[in-house]
Amino acid sequence: MDETQTKIKEFLSRFFKNHDLQPGEDIFSLGFVNSLLAMQLVAFVEKEFGFTVEDEDLDLDNFRSIDAISALIAKKRGA
Amino acid sequence: MNLDLTPEQRAARERFRAFANERIVPFADAWDRQEAIPRELIAALAAQGWLGSLLPPEVGGAGLDRITYGLLIEEIGRACSSTRSLLTVHDMVGHALRRWGKPEVKDRHLSALAKGERLGALALSEPNAGSDAASIETRAVEEGEGFVLSGRKKWTTFGQIADLFLVFAKVAGQPAAFLVERDAPGLSVVPIHGMHGTRAAMLAELHLDDCRVPRTAMLGRPGFGISHVAATALELGRYSVAWGSVGILQACLEASQKYAAERVQFGAPLAEHPLIRAMLAEMIANVRAGRLLCLRAGFLQERSDPAAFAETMLAKYFCSVAAAKGASDAVQIQGANGCAPDSPVARYLRDSKVMEIIEGSTQIQQLAIPRFDFPEL
Repeated sequence: MDETQTKIKEFLSRFFKNHDLQPGEDIFSLGFVNSLLAMQLVAFVEKEFGFTVEDEDLDLDNFRSIDAISALIAKKRGA
Repeated sequence: MNLDLTPEQRAARERFRAFANERIVPFADAWDRQEAIPRELIAALAAQGWLGSLLPPEVGGAGLDRITYGLLIEEIGRACSSTRSLLTVHDMVGHALRRWGKPEVKDRHLSALAKGERLGALALSEPNAGSDAASIETRAVEEGEGFVLSGRKKWTTFGQIADLFLVFAKVAGQPAAFLVERDAPGLSVVPIHGMHGTRAAMLAELHLDDCRVPRTAMLGRPGFGISHVAATALELGRYSVAWGSVGILQACLEASQKYAAERVQFGAPLAEHPLIRAMLAEMIANVRAGRLLCLRAGFLQERSDPAAFAETMLAKYFCSVAAAKGASDAVQIQGANGCAPDSPVARYLRDSKVMEIIEGSTQIQQLAIPRFDFPEL
């Protein structure tokens, strides 16, 4: 895992205790992902990676896994 | 973590306190009885820059930091929970609009909200949907250049006089959020009277009967109305309610200390009776603990720390429960006088119960809080 993926995993691990989250694993299939996590996840990527999550980024597939979030970050950084 | 107030924040608190003592405290019981706050008060709050106080100066807001904002809410909440609830819901709408609104809608409304020229209100609850927000039955159907909304909203704080409503509805089964103007065709507002607490908060039901809004009225996207738009508003709401609860508790403490010092029974002031002192001690401990939790949440919000979410929830839970207990004790200390018509502590007790219900009930917080990791202080 690269640095971005490691940071994402570290953040998500707070919510998926005792589970070794894999980069491609669908976090929505693990439960918990609801409005309690949703905005924290947005706050995390915005603060940690320095961009704003816009309307067009609001797509569940952008937040489905460590890999997906990492791809969103790469896209936003390249934008 | 330094939770000391800056000199500017201390000075701001004095301004807030002076305003509340002069413009609100003497009239709050009458407003409670009349079930309305006067337009003059709303204009005075707007003139102070306290409607939309968190919005940035570029749109006409006061741009307060989260700590100063909390101090404002505590002082207004100490004086009158109904007035505090106006700030809470108005700020929630402005906050969500700024975060998720389309540029043209922000251009149209944000500045007016920031200046208090228009009032915002949140329309989430329904007759059959309270804590289970995802079960809302209001529907929005795409038609022509916009959406047509149908359904009923209940318990909309300041709905009687609000100009803009943040309405939640489902689009093809997906939760979405819309900014609906008061004069939108198909929207009617029905006042609710006789509430138990925050009686001057001018609650209303909204009837949406084929209510038409333009496409740009949607905040965010379908599917994200609850998880992101409502969550954005509710996080600020919980923070505001937490500070407002500290305000109620502070008011209870001040009223109880005064009464216990003056009231003599069994040959001694109440304050000399051990069982009364126990209640005062608990109030002192809770108001200070609650304020610290609020400061910690505000500190994390200022840093945009994701941990702010859980800490804010914790603050709301603790402060609202403590306010309800403190208000109950404040009435107990005053006995029949505390139950009398126009007794401020009776109003605090009624208002404090509302705090345990709004922006996530005590039980919803209890379900959620153990799911979070709270980092060491």
